[in-house]
Amino acid sequence: MKYYYDFHIHSCLSPCGDEDMTPNNIVNMSLLKGLDVIALTDHNTMKNCPSILELAKASGLLVIPGMEIQTREDVHIVALFPNIETAASVEALLDEHRLMLPHKPEKFGQQLIMNAKDEIIEEYPITLLASIDIGVDQLICMVRDSGGVAFPAHINKQANSVLGNLGFIPEDWPIAALEIFRADENQDLVEKYVKQYKILRNSDAHYLQDISEAVNTIDIPALTVDEVIKYLRET
Amino acid sequence: MILKELLEEEQFELLSGTTTDKEILNTRCCDLLSWVMARGSEGTAWITVQAHSNIVAVASLLEFACIIIPENISVEKDVLDKAHDEDVAIVSTPLDSYGVFKYFYEKGLK
Repeated sequence: MKYYYDFHIHSCLSPCGDEDMTPNNIVNMSLLKGLDVIALTDHNTMKNCPSILELAKASGLLVIPGMEIQTREDVHIVALFPNIETAASVEALLDEHRLMLPHKPEKFGQQLIMNAKDEIIEEYPITLLASIDIGVDQLICMVRDSGGVAFPAHINKQANSVLGNLGFIPEDWPIAALEIFRADENQDLVEKYVKQYKILRNSDAHYLQDISEAVNTIDIPALTVDEVIKYLRET
Repeated sequence: MILKELLEEEQFELLSGTTTDKEILNTRCCDLLSWVMARGSEGTAWITVQAHSNIVAVASLLEFACIIIPENISVEKDVLDKAHDEDVAIVSTPLDSYGVFKYFYEKGLK
């Protein structure tokens, strides 16, 4: 069956994420837009995933816990996980390689951890914009070994993309999908990669209005996190 | 060296920003923004081939003297507009990074 998706959305925890990207607003806007499944993928952290998953339970929207991880090479990789516990354990691994640089919210935006009532629990004090000191190859394997799935984010963006920073996509990477930003405007790139990879058309939304409309679908047997991860892992 | 003096040279052209009395204390060439963010310091003339808008945030945060874009790499208008708003000096040069280092060294920035 076909389900409408958006697997790359930021909350107010990402410093570049708008303050209106609260757990309730993201769930409600996704439902308004007619989406069936989304993933929350803040920069280098999953700390807003517990509250949004709690909210989503009653809503009918499937929410997958995730992160957008910035590797040593400044490349962005989206990681999706089967559950909160796995996501938290991978974040604990990232913490061992995290640069503990204090965040400056006045310069870069606030990093807000919220509960399911959209109340601020904490301002995360370490900058989420620094790279995790793990190479991209190793990171992809780490995510895969945890039971999750990784795919390169916005391969066509000028900044933080695998094509921009590495120049190519290594053939031996254990990935089955990649994300093309504004794929409709980049049909040549879609055609180049569609034979080898599943092309994901996620929003990378940092603002509510940018969350995808119900236009992009994945075809899976049932609407569960496990089926989504299975689909994204398999070539 | 004051930024204004750099801009008097034919091979350095100011593309954005208005304050040119910033002092250049050192120079660094690095294209990994997160590396620069973690280690950069005030008064740096930062040489990079990255010409996207994120360089403005880094230079502004760390109070760099300027960003030097080498080899006549073009910088888009949206980046220049953002740099202008933040009063970040983006300087263009036909020199490569080695050429820029040589220039500064010969001028006494050691």
